[in-house]
Amino acid sequence: MINTTEIFDTIHMIDQQHLDVRTITMGISLLDCADADPNAACRKIYDKICRRAERLVATGQAIEAEFGIPIVNKRISVTPIALVAGASETESYVPFAVALDNAAKAVGVNFIGGFSALVQKGATKADRWLINSIPEALARTELVCSSVNVGSTRAGINMNAVGTMGRVIKETARLTAGQGGFGCAKLVVFCNAVEDNPFMAGAFHGVGEPDCIINVGVSGPGVVYHALKEVKGQPFDVVAETIKKTAFRVTRMGQLVAQEASRRLGVPFGIVDLSLAPTPAIGDSVARILEEMGLETCGTHGTTAALALLNDAVKKGGVMASSHVGGLSGAFIPVSEDEGMIAAARSGVLHLDKLEAMTCVCSVGLDMIAVPGDTSAATIAAIIADEAAIGMVNSKTTAVRIIPAPGKTVGDTVEFGGLLGWAPVMPVHPQSAETFIARGGRIPAPMQSLKN
Amino acid sequence: MRAIVTVLGKDRVGIMSMVCALLAQHNVNILDISQTILRDYFTMVMLVDAAQCDLPFAELAALLEREGKERDLSIRAQREDIFNAMHRI
Repeated sequence: MINTTEIFDTIHMIDQQHLDVRTITMGISLLDCADADPNAACRKIYDKICRRAERLVATGQAIEAEFGIPIVNKRISVTPIALVAGASETESYVPFAVALDNAAKAVGVNFIGGFSALVQKGATKADRWLINSIPEALARTELVCSSVNVGSTRAGINMNAVGTMGRVIKETARLTAGQGGFGCAKLVVFCNAVEDNPFMAGAFHGVGEPDCIINVGVSGPGVVYHALKEVKGQPFDVVAETIKKTAFRVTRMGQLVAQEASRRLGVPFGIVDLSLAPTPAIGDSVARILEEMGLETCGTHGTTAALALLNDAVKKGGVMASSHVGGLSGAFIPVSEDEGMIAAARSGVLHLDKLEAMTCVCSVGLDMIAVPGDTSAATIAAIIADEAAIGMVNSKTTAVRIIPAPGKTVGDTVEFGGLLGWAPVMPVHPQSAETFIARGGRIPAPMQSLKN
Repeated sequence: MRAIVTVLGKDRVGIMSMVCALLAQHNVNILDISQTILRDYFTMVMLVDAAQCDLPFAELAALLEREGKERDLSIRAQREDIFNAMHRI
């Protein structure tokens, strides 16, 4: 029998350290829903999602009750809609987003991702129509998340798409101005997007995936934070070992939940995503882990090194605990969703330039960052270009989820509520990148050798 | 199916008898018990076999939690697999 200390360790992690499975995400292929008649395509999409995901939420709840582990979100990712809607004779893809939204509501999930286009080398007509539909789609739906992949290590960066996304983000903010630009919180611009990411807002179901699959995202910044409190002042070797052991345990739990969900739903198990995903709750913050390593405030000198260690140790600990690891796997640094990041940004210590440096060594990118409402489309595009360049050169995923909060300026805050939290508006450089973005074209793919 | 039942709360007469009676009522067999008092706090861990339980396991867990709450106790029943997964390679 497992000993009493181990049992109470687990219970403390759940009760006091916010240990949870962050999401069970069902990936569903919609490639067989394409139809020349857009109404027929939307009907097929709605029907297939409802059929496949009918028992998803109930199964998640049952596992939660039997294992005593909170499963915070049950979600769905689908084939990038530009690939499905391309066959339909229509130029507005908003009805497709509405169909996704209705299906998500019918099965009771809290987000559905995949209103997406992959345009790293160039855009098809369908990709362009999808991208043009994003602002209205996000304004008219509640649960739909959208993503656009604008670059990759193999293809380079599509700067035409980067420029367009700057404008799309501005327009999305304008159409959802009543909610602080909330639409932008559901829109991610990627470089090197992954096909099996279970986390929102960037989840979509890649074309190399089977018809239906279960991916699980684990979390646990609070557990890592508490474990590090036990090794105060000790060398980094001990810090790394402690994080690895903690990540191993957290991931084993995720693996168990993933296998159980897959068995009960009769859907193959895809991957466990080993991510440290913070929430705005006290004690569930990635920034506080970095501070526990000895930094006065997250964002000061040393933050990038601390994050690099954390990110690597989480992966090393998690890899052995799961049969298949994938998704984004690493530490997330969404500003509005992390109590410590919010505090650091508010105090002026953490700024955009440091966050950009941090994204070189962690799993995603500039995430959930509010900037002044009058930030130009070209500046947003240039921020996207910088992030995409980091991802492209370092062969990693990077993303930008930025909210030019309408009518707000530096010092104001924007409230999104729930897991999305609230964000202090951060300053951007006022100097223009207009001429840079106006060039368009493509930034060529980088060298894969002579790495220095 | 094996599960772990944990009971935590201020010590007083009859906690163990209450939990055991509830388990017996629903045909849950107790395989192992470890119980101690830590600074006035009753702490008990039981390994049980719920294969023949007359309730679905999730309902048994909810019932124990409810009955515990009425008596200021934290009682939870979780499938054993979760602890094995986290603490054994």
